Amino acid sequence: MEPHSRWFIAATFLAGLLLAVAPLAHNWQWFRPAFISLLVIFWVTRMPTVFGVGFAWLAGLIQDLVTGAAIGSHALSLAAIAYLCLLFYRRMRAYSAGQQVLLVFVLVGIQQLVSVWVHEFAGKPAQGLVFLWPAATSALLWPVVSGLLHRYFTQLQVR
Amino acid sequence: MLLLGALAIALIVVGRYTNWLAPVRDFATGLAAPFHWIAEAPGRVADWAEGAVVSRAELEEENDRLKHQLLLLQHRAQLLAAVKAENTKLKELMNARELVDDRVVVTEVIGVSPDPQEHVLVLDKGREDGLVPGTPILDAHGLLGQVIEASAGSSRVLLITDSSHALPVQVQRNNVRAVAEGTGNLYLLQLRHVSNTSDVREGDVLLSSGLGGRFPAGYPVGQVIAIHRDPGQPFADIDIRPRAQMSRSRFVLAVTGKAGDDALEDELNGADGGAP
Repeated sequence: MEPHSRWFIAATFLAGLLLAVAPLAHNWQWFRPAFISLLVIFWVTRMPTVFGVGFAWLAGLIQDLVTGAAIGSHALSLAAIAYLCLLFYRRMRAYSAGQQVLLVFVLVGIQQLVSVWVHEFAGKPAQGLVFLWPAATSALLWPVVSGLLHRYFTQLQVR
Repeated sequence: MLLLGALAIALIVVGRYTNWLAPVRDFATGLAAPFHWIAEAPGRVADWAEGAVVSRAELEEENDRLKHQLLLLQHRAQLLAAVKAENTKLKELMNARELVDDRVVVTEVIGVSPDPQEHVLVLDKGREDGLVPGTPILDAHGLLGQVIEASAGSSRVLLITDSSHALPVQVQRNNVRAVAEGTGNLYLLQLRHVSNTSDVREGDVLLSSGLGGRFPAGYPVGQVIAIHRDPGQPFADIDIRPRAQMSRSRFVLAVTGKAGDDALEDELNGADGGAP
């Protein structure tokens, strides 16, 4: 990996963390896309030899610390989807936009499911299927995010 | 992969059942504060712009209104001082040990937890200003919550409406005691395990009872808005609307210092009339 690439990649994660804690009216919180999950999916499928499970685990741990979630919950869920991305990245590249959106929905849905398990483990009541809303908004945002990142980072020769 | 997964699960379990991660959480609160601060910057700029383009006439009008309000409040404070002195004297006669005055710090809400399943605020003051886990937080209308994690310059507050929060209360009218539980809904608390025959009515005001030693006694918590008494059930369902504005308060008060002996001594040493 080229040295300047590290800074760009770190910058995308800083922006993702800022968006993850940006103030939002309480009723809208369920619709906040899982930005860090999108970034993990993007970078792992783009550079599977560089980024893997350990990287996603670390990103998740930082997200836990910044958002105040149970320590380890995002680390676990992001490591899980990074593992799935490593299995799927060849298919992901061959997929059409619509198929990618569906796959991202499933991946972020799995990540949210793990978070909900951790919540229930901590004794908080389950609230039905609302936890799939972030997966839906993330999937709808995926073509925009991946398109923009792909275009700019190809220009900037991040590899 | 398996190792990292096991490590993450171990961290979750350790965090759930032990207190070992508390220093890490306090550190994380400090780490998160700049993120919340930056993420909130656009809102602050908007607020500033709103304040900067107010007309002179509007300011004068607001000034008049505030002066008027201040006068009314000062009048009420005078009455209150007399009542309080009398109250203290009576309490002394009864040999009761009572809080005289609470020391209060004004703090600003700089963020809200991004997790919709928990009601947590981030404040811009921490241990340096005396906020420690357990410190009660109020707004202008009533009890808001308590500090759960504190770093040097910021802290996290669990609201009383969070589904994992409960606090002891009593009815102002007749001192019936109960426990008010959060429901996960910002506008609803519930009283649990209150028998069908107990004397609680719609419109009753609930105050913190001070039992449990976490919250000071006598702060308004909420008002009873609905009671469902089903003769087939052992307990009544009682809905409470919290007094504090859970999602709208921007500046909140932290009651620091147990305000027991120190405050009492200050008062006895002739600090009369001054601000608490």
